[in-house]
Amino acid sequence: MASPVRKDDTRAEMTEARIAALDLPEGGFTAAARRDALARLREMGLPTRRDEYWRFTDPAALNAVDVPGAAVFTDDEPELFGAIGALRIVFVDGVFSSAESDDPALAGVEIQRLAEADEADIHWAKSLYGVLESRGQSPVARPFAALNTAAARDGILIRVTGKVDRPVHVIYRHESDVSDAVLHHCIRVEEGAEFTLIETGPAAARLNSVMEVDVASGGRFHHVRVQGRDHERRAITHVFARVAEGASFKSFTLTFNGQLTRNECVIEIAGDDAVAHVAGAALGDGKTGPFHQDDTVFVTHGAERCESRQVFKKVLKNGAVGVFQGKILVRPGAQKTDGYQISQSLLLDGDSQFLAKPELEIYADDVKCSHGSTTGAIDETALFYLRSRGVPKEDAIAMLVMSFLADAIEEIDDERLAAEIVERLEAWLQRRKG
Amino acid sequence: MLEIKNLHVKLEEEDKEILKGVDLTVEAGKVHAIMGPNGSGKSTLSYVLAGREGYVVTEGSVVMDGHDLLEMEPEERAAAGLFLAFQYPVEIPGVGNMNFLRTAYNAQRKARGEEEISAGDFLKLVREKAKTLKIDSDMLKRPVNVGFSGGEKKRNEILQMAVLEPRMCILDETDSGLDVDAMKLVADGVNALRSPDRGFLVITHYQRLLDHIKPDVVHIMADGRIVKTGGPELALEVEKNGYADILKEVL
Repeated sequence: MASPVRKDDTRAEMTEARIAALDLPEGGFTAAARRDALARLREMGLPTRRDEYWRFTDPAALNAVDVPGAAVFTDDEPELFGAIGALRIVFVDGVFSSAESDDPALAGVEIQRLAEADEADIHWAKSLYGVLESRGQSPVARPFAALNTAAARDGILIRVTGKVDRPVHVIYRHESDVSDAVLHHCIRVEEGAEFTLIETGPAAARLNSVMEVDVASGGRFHHVRVQGRDHERRAITHVFARVAEGASFKSFTLTFNGQLTRNECVIEIAGDDAVAHVAGAALGDGKTGPFHQDDTVFVTHGAERCESRQVFKKVLKNGAVGVFQGKILVRPGAQKTDGYQISQSLLLDGDSQFLAKPELEIYADDVKCSHGSTTGAIDETALFYLRSRGVPKEDAIAMLVMSFLADAIEEIDDERLAAEIVERLEAWLQRRKG
Repeated sequence: MLEIKNLHVKLEEEDKEILKGVDLTVEAGKVHAIMGPNGSGKSTLSYVLAGREGYVVTEGSVVMDGHDLLEMEPEERAAAGLFLAFQYPVEIPGVGNMNFLRTAYNAQRKARGEEEISAGDFLKLVREKAKTLKIDSDMLKRPVNVGFSGGEKKRNEILQMAVLEPRMCILDETDSGLDVDAMKLVADGVNALRSPDRGFLVITHYQRLLDHIKPDVVHIMADGRIVKTGGPELALEVEKNGYADILKEVL
């Protein structure tokens, strides 16, 4: 008779098996960060559904040693943001494609591949790689981010020194059914600098990405991400941001399809008068396969007179599942904090599900914080109003969905990007009529 | 133009009859008013005519220009020329008034097999209509009814009516929530739309709106039926003596 296995033994075994299957690079300037991250991962162990932080999302497919396959989806839409003249950097199944990427020469920005930069022992990104990730491991463990720091072979390192008009557009293509991409990006926006980063595409059968963003005093960082239309892809992503005095960090993510997406965003507001906004819109239709999308956000206010906003909207139908876990932590002394959090779902039928866990934890007495979470169906009166004017039912529903998403889309500062996103949303709704 | 015969309607959710045999005919070029106490079924009648869900027609018929209205979806009724001005126009955040109106306009044209109109031409058309209704073009840029005052909301309804050019207009308590000046502005808009080939059904609780929109025929509705029909003098009688006397007389 086998001896009973303790829960943590299983976790340790699972974690060791996953680590053993990874091809871990030694690293140059990242070597110490990688070793530390591996130790962190061993200590935390990979998550299971029993962990509070993974109660709503099953991490099994992310834990699996063998990549669960995901058929490549043939996207019939033209490339997003193709006409705005961004500097393009292309990864195919997590592997950099020099043939498809632009020459990374842009005034006011240094752009390098991690794979190349990591041949050296000294690099500006040494103070960033794995650093914000490590800080973001407390009070909640994020094992996949530690795994990423230990295992990532490539990614981009961007240092912004000026006010840059031209965005950098990282395009992720998915061409192999069994690709397992691990990408790690570091971005430093120096004092007073401004920068827009765009990420689009399904990336791989399974993607694990980490982006560490350090915005120095008075800097501005704008991030717009569109997680592509592949039905079967899976992704776990982490954005770790540190926002200094008077700086601004804004991130918007649109998720279409995908059977499993978990986007974690961990923001540390470290300087006074700083602003951090994180927003997302997700659209899922279970008709074309499972859809499970999870936004997990943790904003820490550690300075005075700062503003944070979390705006998340999910449109779900045919058994799609949306998850939101959002927290605002206001540290002692972070007076005059203005924290706002809203998560809403629009369920287009009775089969879909929205699971939300909004949290506030406040240790300062002069703050303004609010949070709200709602789940609802299409407003019948509004639907009748539109139809009574001659708008056919399905078009009226699409119009009300766009109305529902408007607050999240408003978080996109660049109007050109917002306009293209609206077009894609409308096209998605047209395809998914009925 | 609009012929309602023995219309019986109950709520879908509960077995409660609201309309108990309404008979009413509105001719082209005429303004008919329906007055009645609260709960008499006036608003239900307007919703049933426009096709709102939640009601079950158990008996009777509604025919508009030869169309069996009760067999049609709300959008089909609109394309056929029916328009309901809401008592409480709905706010739709994030959807521009102009965009909404153009979508509605083109959807109706498409349903009738007509060609859609370009954004530029439509803008010209709306600006012209807005000007005659004294509607600030700023209102067109804002999201549908969001942050509009009561008067602005009702004027927006009349603007939609002016742009969509329906055959049959139903105004559901258009005067509710309006001060005298706002009511006059709305009434002027309605009067400007009166024409020999358009019919109106004006639903109101009070006589005062009918000072500004002069009806040809006045009906009194009570307990789900039209209980009395007369000329404009009937509205004055209600104003003077209330509904009690009339109801006592007919019930």
